[in-house]
Amino acid sequence: MAHAYTPGLKVAERTVIVKERRLPLKGEVRVKEGDRVRAEDVVARTELPGNVVPVNMSGLLAVPPEEVPTVMVKKVGDTVQKGEVLAESKGLFGFLFKRTVTSPITGTVESISEVTGQVMLREPPIPVEILAYVNGRVARIIPGEGVVVITVGSFIQGIFGIGGEVLGTLKVVVDRPEEPLTEDRIPGDAKGKILVGGSVVTARALRKAREAGAVGVVVGGIDSGELKAFMGRDIGVAITGNEEVGLTLMITEGFSEIPMASRTFALFKKLEGRSASMNGATQIRAGVIRPEVIVSEPDAEIPEVHEEEEVRVGRLEPGRVVRVIRAPYFGEIGTVLDVPPEPTRIETEATVRVVKLRLSSGEEVIVPRANIELIEEA
Amino acid sequence: MGKELKRIVATDCGSTTTKAILIEKREEGYRLVARGEAPTTVEKPFEDVTVGVRNAVQELEELTGLTLLEDTEDEVKFVRPMQDPRTGTDIYVSTSSAGGGLQMLVAGVVKSMTAESAARAALGAGAIVMETIASNDGRLPHERIALVRRLRPDMILLAGGTDGGTVKHVVELAELIRAADPKPRFGSTYRLPVIYAGNKDAREEIQKILGDHVDLYIVDNIRPVLEMENLGPAREKIHDLFMEHVMQQAPGYNKLMAMTDAPIMPTPGAVGYLVERVAREYNLQVVGVDIGGATTDVFSVFLNPDGEPVFNRTVSANLGMSYSISNVMVEAGMENIMRWVPFEMNEADVQNRIRNKMIRPTTIPQTLEALIIEQAIAREALRLAFEHHKAMAVTLRGVQQARDISEAFTQTGTGQTLVNLMALNLLIGSGGVLSHAPRRVQSALMMLDAFQPEGITDLTVDSIFMMPHLGVLAKVNEKAAMEVFFRDCLVQIGTSVSPVGLAKQGKPCLKATLTYPDGHTEQLELSFGEIRRIPLPEGQTLRAVLEPARGFDLGEGRGKTVEAELKGGVVGVIFDCRGRPLQIPEKPAERVELLSRWVEALDVYPLERYRELVRTLEQGHTLGTLGA
Repeated sequence: MAHAYTPGLKVAERTVIVKERRLPLKGEVRVKEGDRVRAEDVVARTELPGNVVPVNMSGLLAVPPEEVPTVMVKKVGDTVQKGEVLAESKGLFGFLFKRTVTSPITGTVESISEVTGQVMLREPPIPVEILAYVNGRVARIIPGEGVVVITVGSFIQGIFGIGGEVLGTLKVVVDRPEEPLTEDRIPGDAKGKILVGGSVVTARALRKAREAGAVGVVVGGIDSGELKAFMGRDIGVAITGNEEVGLTLMITEGFSEIPMASRTFALFKKLEGRSASMNGATQIRAGVIRPEVIVSEPDAEIPEVHEEEEVRVGRLEPGRVVRVIRAPYFGEIGTVLDVPPEPTRIETEATVRVVKLRLSSGEEVIVPRANIELIEEA
Repeated sequence: MGKELKRIVATDCGSTTTKAILIEKREEGYRLVARGEAPTTVEKPFEDVTVGVRNAVQELEELTGLTLLEDTEDEVKFVRPMQDPRTGTDIYVSTSSAGGGLQMLVAGVVKSMTAESAARAALGAGAIVMETIASNDGRLPHERIALVRRLRPDMILLAGGTDGGTVKHVVELAELIRAADPKPRFGSTYRLPVIYAGNKDAREEIQKILGDHVDLYIVDNIRPVLEMENLGPAREKIHDLFMEHVMQQAPGYNKLMAMTDAPIMPTPGAVGYLVERVAREYNLQVVGVDIGGATTDVFSVFLNPDGEPVFNRTVSANLGMSYSISNVMVEAGMENIMRWVPFEMNEADVQNRIRNKMIRPTTIPQTLEALIIEQAIAREALRLAFEHHKAMAVTLRGVQQARDISEAFTQTGTGQTLVNLMALNLLIGSGGVLSHAPRRVQSALMMLDAFQPEGITDLTVDSIFMMPHLGVLAKVNEKAAMEVFFRDCLVQIGTSVSPVGLAKQGKPCLKATLTYPDGHTEQLELSFGEIRRIPLPEGQTLRAVLEPARGFDLGEGRGKTVEAELKGGVVGVIFDCRGRPLQIPEKPAERVELLSRWVEALDVYPLERYRELVRTLEQGHTLGTLGA
C-alpha cells in the first residue's frame, strides 16, 4: 500500500479548523451564515420531548380500560399541573364514593389507551442547545439541524481520550514534558481550567483535578490500570466521548508513562492562559475520530474556504522527523536516514518494509515503517 | 455462464483494504495469477467504493502487464469478455464488507434480560453492537435520545417485555427512538430499519409510534417468556435487511453492483458459502476462522444427529487483534492471556502494550517478545470466538431454546453444540495473525492451542485471504473456485494427531508406526505432555498405525488402534500428546518450563534469540518497558 506508515496526529500552531455543529434532532438554528460566534454562543437549539410518565388509570380507578376515556377530566393534548385532577370516577349515583386521580407531574396528556387503560403523560420538553464550540464564523447553515463554524487557531490532536466537549482555560502545571502530573501538581485555582501535564497522570491526580473543578486534563500518557481506577471500569472497544467521569481527558502519546512530545508541550506552554475547546471523543475504526484541543482566535482573519484544508501527509524521506509508535523504541523521536525499498527481515523473522532512523540519543536503528508516524511540519 | 471462463477478476472490498485477485485457466486447471490491493474508498474524500476497486485492479495490471480496465476517466469499467491474451477478463465478481460491517444499536427493557437477548441476537447475526440501551441503564431519557441520534447505526433492534407482560417500558423505548428520529449511517435517502422483537401485545402501539417514522419490521419476540429465548427470527431479519438495505447504501455500491457479473456478497457470507460447498463436495467437517483487527468470524460445518451437514457462522464483533484487542483482554482476563506467554512479565506492562496496539492499530511487532505476546492474545481471541461459536452452533436450530427459570438468570448457553472436535477433518485459519505469522508452525500452534482439535485434523491457512473471492466465484463457477481453493488458496500446514485423555506428565500416550511414501517405516513412542513434529513435505502422505495408550482416544474409543493417512505440509505431521483438554500449569515457573519445552520441540521461534529472551526476562530485566 502506498502509505504503510501512520500520517501522524495533527499538532498545528495555526491552521484552518472547520467544525460541524449539529443538533441531536431537528430544531432551530439561531445564527446566520457569516455571523461571528464565540465558543460559548448557542448556535442552534431544540426541544427534546420530555420524559413519559405512564399512569395506570384503569387500575387506579378500578374501571375497565375501554371506560378510561370517559373518566378523564383532561383530554389528549391538555396541559396539566402537578397535583391537578386528571381523571374522576363517576361514583355511586354520580356523587357517592367518587374517586379522583391527580397528575404526578406537570406536563401534557400524551395518550389515553382504551386497550391497556394507561394514560401517558409527558413532561415539558427538555431544551437542548448546541454551542459554537469554537470562536469563529458561521460558514454554512445546515437547515433545521445546525451550522458549520470555520475558524483559525491552534489545533492539537491526541491519540486517545475520554469525556465530551468542554471549554476551559489552558494551564500548564508541570515544568517539563517528562514530568508526571501527580496529585500535588493540581493547583488550587483549577476551577474551569484545562490542566496540561507531562508524561503521565495518576487516578488520584485526576480525581483531585475533578474535585478542584478542572474541566479537562491533557497529558502524554496514562497507565492502563490508573485509567481503569479513575473510570471504575475497563475500556474494551475504543469508542469514547460519552463517559461521564466529571472531566475530559486527552492523552497525546499512549498508554504508560511517556513524555509529551516536546513540540506539543511547547505549544501548550505558548497557549497557556488562553481559552480552549476540548473534546475527548475517540473512535478508532473506519472514520477515525481523535481527541482534540482547539484554541481559536476570536478575531482572526478567517479565509473564505469552506472545507477543512487537506491534511498534508508528506513523504517519508531522509531528513524527515518521525516518532516511533511501538516498542522497543516507543515514544522516541528520530530522523530518517534511509528508506530502503526492499523488505527487510526483522527480529520476529517477518520480512517487512523498514526505515532507518537516527534516534535523538544518536543511536541508529531499523524500525518497521508501520511503527512510525510522521511528525507534521508546523 | 455456459462459455468456459479463461480469466476471472474478483475483488473483496474490506473495511480498510480492497483486495483484487486474477485467476486464469491454465493447462493444469484454474490458478491464481496475481493479487493487488489498495485502500478501500468508502469514506471521505472519495466516498465511492469503486475507486478502491480501480486502484486494486490497476495493481493487477501493473503486476501482469495485462489490460483489464477500459481507459475511462470517471467510470470504472472492465474490458469484457477477454479480447486477446493481453486484454480483458471474462468475468468480474466481488464481495464487500466495506464501511465497517453492520453496526447496530440494540434496546431492551431490562439490561440483563431482554436487552442482553437483543444484543445476543444482533451479535449472532454478525453485527457490531455499538450500544445497548435499556430502561434501567441509568441514563436519562434525553441522554438516550442523544445517544441514539449520535451513533447513527445501520439498524436498530428493539426488544422488551415477555408476551402478555407489561407494554409500557418497551413503548417508552419506541417513543424515545421516535423522538430521536435516528438517521442511518450512510446517506439520508432512506429510513432507518428498526426491527421490533418484543412483547407481541405492544406491536400495535409500536406500529403507531414508529410506523411513520422508521422502516419498521416486526418479528417474533426474542424473549416470549422469561425462561425462553428465541433469537432466530430477529437474527434472520437482520441478515435480510443487511443484504437488501444497508449494503446498498454504502457509497458507490450501486455502481459496483452494475459492474459485477454476479450479485455482490457480503464478505463473511461468501466465505461461509465456500466453506459449506467445500464441506459438502468433499464430505468434510470443517471449521474456518478469520481473525481480523476488529472482529473474528468462525464458520463451521458439522453433522447433526441425523447425519445432515449443518452450516453455522458466528461473528464475535468485539474480538480482534487491533481495534478490539483491549476487549480481548477485558473478556479473557489477563491470567488467561499470560498462560500462553512462555516467560514471566509484568502484567501492567502487558496491559499498556495491548492498549497501545488498540490506539495505533496498524503497528506490527518488531521484537520477538512483542510477537510472542501478540500470539498469546491471538490464542485467547480465537478461543473466545470459538466458545461463542460453540454456544451458537447448537442442535434444534430454529427451535426455541428452552431455559429453565434458574438458567434464565445465569444466562448460560443452551442446546447441544454441534461442534465435534473429534469429527473435525479440516481447520482453516485466516486473518493477519494466522496468515502472516513469520513461521507457519506458529499458526499451527496457535490453532492447536485455541481450538484443541481432537484425533486427526488437517491444519491449513488461507494465506492471502482469498476465501471471500472464491466464495462469490463459486456461485458462478464452482469448479474454478474449488481448484484455486485447494491449489493456491489453502496452505497445507500439515496434520495434527491429538489423543484425547489425561495422564501424568511422562506417562505413555501414543505409539505410532509410520510408513513413508518410499516404503520405509518408523516407530514412534510419545509420552503424555509431549508435542513432536515429523517433517513431511506438502503433497506427500504417510500411512500411520496409531495405538493410543489406555485411557486415550483417537476417535475409535479409548485405547483403540486407528489406521490413517496423514497428509504432509509446510510443517509436517504434529503429534500433540499434551492432553485434551490442554493442561497448562498455574505456577509461573512450571508454566514457563512447559511452554518452553513445546517451543523447543516444534522450533516455534528462533531458538537462540528465544532462550536469550527467556533468560533476560527471568533475570527481571524487562525489555522495552515503554509499551509495545
